[in-house]
This record gives sequence, structure tokens and C-alpha cells, in this order.
Amino acid sequence: MPKRIVVPFGPQHPVLPEPIHLDLVLEDEKVVDVVPSIGYIHRGLEQLVQKREFTEYVYVAERICGICSFMHAVGYCQGIEHIMGLEVPDRARYLRTIWSECSRLHSHLLWLGLFADGMGFENLFMRSWQLRESVLDVLEDTTGGRVIQGTCKVGGVRRDIGQEKLDEMHHTLDPFEEQCRDLGDIFLNDDTVKYRLKGLGVISKDEAYALGATGPTTRGSGVAMDHRETGYAAYGDIGFKPVVETAGDCYARCAVRVKEVYASIDQIRRAIDQIPEGPLDVKVKGTPDGEYFSRVEQPRGEVVHYLRGDGTKHLARARIRTPTLANIPMLVKMLPGVQLADVPVVVLSIDPCISCTER
Amino acid sequence: MTVNEEQTTISVALEDLIREVEELHAGGYRLVQIGCTDIGGAYEINYSFDKDYQFRNLRLTVGPDIEVPSISGIYWGAFVYENETHDLFGIPVTGINIDFKGTFIKSGEKYPFSVTRRGGDQCRNA
Repeated sequence: MPKRIVVPFGPQHPVLPEPIHLDLVLEDEKVVDVVPSIGYIHRGLEQLVQKREFTEYVYVAERICGICSFMHAVGYCQGIEHIMGLEVPDRARYLRTIWSECSRLHSHLLWLGLFADGMGFENLFMRSWQLRESVLDVLEDTTGGRVIQGTCKVGGVRRDIGQEKLDEMHHTLDPFEEQCRDLGDIFLNDDTVKYRLKGLGVISKDEAYALGATGPTTRGSGVAMDHRETGYAAYGDIGFKPVVETAGDCYARCAVRVKEVYASIDQIRRAIDQIPEGPLDVKVKGTPDGEYFSRVEQPRGEVVHYLRGDGTKHLARARIRTPTLANIPMLVKMLPGVQLADVPVVVLSIDPCISCTER
Repeated sequence: MTVNEEQTTISVALEDLIREVEELHAGGYRLVQIGCTDIGGAYEINYSFDKDYQFRNLRLTVGPDIEVPSISGIYWGAFVYENETHDLFGIPVTGINIDFKGTFIKSGEKYPFSVTRRGGDQCRNA
């Protein structure tokens, strides 16, 4: 039997913008076991809920992550609204959907770039991020913020998008989709990409489900689970169908994200077509008294905001289960059998967000 | 398609926890999360499951010194939540498949979310 050695991977590593550590147990160049380790930058944001008023905590929730910040705000606000019995105006639900899908677009394009970089495909990385810039421009134009939008609040949204701007967005969607499809064509059909990703880090459908994994990571294994199917925000109105691949390898997880880029563009298009006129928010009276597990589909999967109010202006508890935390067990199962040189690509294939995990 | 999400919460006794979790596992439920809440001198642990967007929650209430059995023998991926529960709240969890012995989350202060155990320096799983 070959001698086993342990190779530390991270917390500082070229493919990891944020710190996670893996102890890789190797036999020659092959991974035989993995021990993950997190907690290098845990911020204790859940505890801050006891020191901020429930309406102010939206700002903290948005800062859990710099990529899916808007969706954290939606998850938090939906939870409070459910506890307080607030009915959010239709226009606000549509605006939340548009900004959520813009967030998903820029998150997936960010990931595609990082993934290409991890594969060593540098110009594909640059092209992905070039397209992402145009989504960030739209977010900045409509919310004032590229990373933290600050437009979601308990009871609705803080800003509107005027009809002129909506029309302009609609007109840019067609050429943008064409550019994204050109980019996606390389990820889906290029021989280099296929050779690098197919058959790598395979997880079966049953295993993905049993491990409690979520998001594109599990949809790449054939699990048709996407919380947008529950119809929160305006997804129930504009219609939604999860993107699913069945191979369960790195290529399948990449293909899900590529096709979700196309799906997000379509969702934004339909939301703009159907958005009704009307108010942006409802008045929030009283304080939350009760509890709710609010669930939202982020780019990396389902996030759970457990919120518990005791009738005061401060919540008694906020517990946030982020998708990356749920996907770590699946990563641990993916890596055994993989060659050391492929570890960065497999790790990236779950789209790890440590900022979320270290909330 | 829009699916209506239902949420149910059931209180369970410590001795019934494993049996209840096994039943949900056999019923095809996925583990969503395990989360802990300090309710002033005691802890409420929520074990959340989902099947076809139907959300089931098992709620266990334990005193500060009670050992909680791990469900990682049933749901392999539970180790992340159980190590987190131990490291942040100081709740001893026995029989975790991958037990980090208090080093999963490296906080500057031991058990930072625990009021009753704050400042302790011993690993509760040791």
C-alpha cells in the first residue's frame, strides 16, 4: 500500500478568495480522505440581531455576503413579513425578483470566471467577468450599489425602477443573452473544458439528496429542487422550472449554472413584461412576535433564515443556514478518488462562499 | 408551477430524538439544518427536514449540561451542524462521525453564543 501523506489545502490558496482549509489525505497523487475546516473569519452576525432593531437588521443581513447580499435581505424580510402578517405590494414582489435574478446573474458569471481561472482558461475568465460588469452596472444604475444594494426593506422595497429604465433593461437583454450564449457555448462545448470536467467529482442523485446538499451543486446530480418553485416574490406569477443535469460531475454542475444564466435573463424579461403599477411598500406597525423559517433560493442554493421575535423591537434569535455550509459534506464525498491537481476545480465546483458560511 | 410550502414543528423528548429522525429519514426527508437557540438557561435545538418543500421541524429542549446524541449516523452530513452547535453554544454532542473536538469554528472566545457556558476553555466533546 502506498504511503499516505497529508497535504494542507488552504486556508490561503490561489483558487480560494476566502479561507477554508482542507486536510487532503493522499496516496501518491490520489486523494483518499478529506477533513474540512472552517471558522477562520466567523463574524457572529447572528448575535447582532439582539442589538439591532428588526428593521435595521436588514442592513446586517445584506452584509452576510457580498455576492448574494440582496437575496439575504429578501430572505430576512420575507421571514419578518410572515411573522407580522404583512402583505407586500405586487410591484415590490416583482422588483425583488428582478434584483434577485440580477444578483444570480452576476454571481454565476463571477463563478464561471473563477472556474475558468481554476481550469487555467484565462481568457474565458476575463470574458465572464467582462459580462458580469454589465450586470453590476445595471444594479448600480437601479439601486445605487454594485455589491450591497440596500433596496429591500421589511414591508417592500425602498426604490422603484422607472418605466424608461425598465424598457432600457428590456432592450439590452437580447444582445446580453446572445453574448452569454456565446460564452456558455465555450463552457458547454469546448473540448478542453469537457476533457477537464467530465467524470470529475461525481456524486449520484441519491447521494446528493441524502447529504442535504442544495442549489446547482445538487441539481447537477439530477435533484430537481429549487426553492423558487414555491413561488415566493413574483416567481409564482412569472413561472419557474428548475434547471437540472444528471451526470453529477463538475461538468454537470457547470452546465447547470450556465443554463441558469439563460434562465435568469428570461425571468428578468418576464418580470419586466408583467410588473404591475402600484405602491412599493406597506407601513410596518408593531413588532414581530412569533417564529418562521424563511427560505430563499440563492445562487449557491437554499438559504434558511430562522427568525424568532418575542414582541420587542429586537429579535430573540436569527439563525442563518447558508448553502455553502450545507454543501460542505458533499464536497467531502466528492474529493476521494480525485487527483491532487484536480482538487481546486472540484472545490470550486460547489461555488464555495465562505463569507456566507462565516456569517 | 407553484408549490405551497407548509411548516410543522413537533417537540420531541431527548430519548425519542433518534427514533423520530430515523422515521423522517425512512420517509425520504432531507436534512435542511440543525440550529440552536439559547432560551435562557436552556437550549432549544431545531432539527429541520424537507420533502417536496414540506418543512418538518423537530424541536428538542435540553438543559445546559445535557449531552445530545448525534444524528450523523442517520444523516451523514449532520456533522457540520453538530460541530457548529458544539463550538458556538458549548452543547456536548456525542457520537459525531467527524468530531472536530471544538476546532470546527475557530472563535476567539469559547462557545461565544452561550450565556451559561461563556468563558469555558474545555472542549465539551472531549
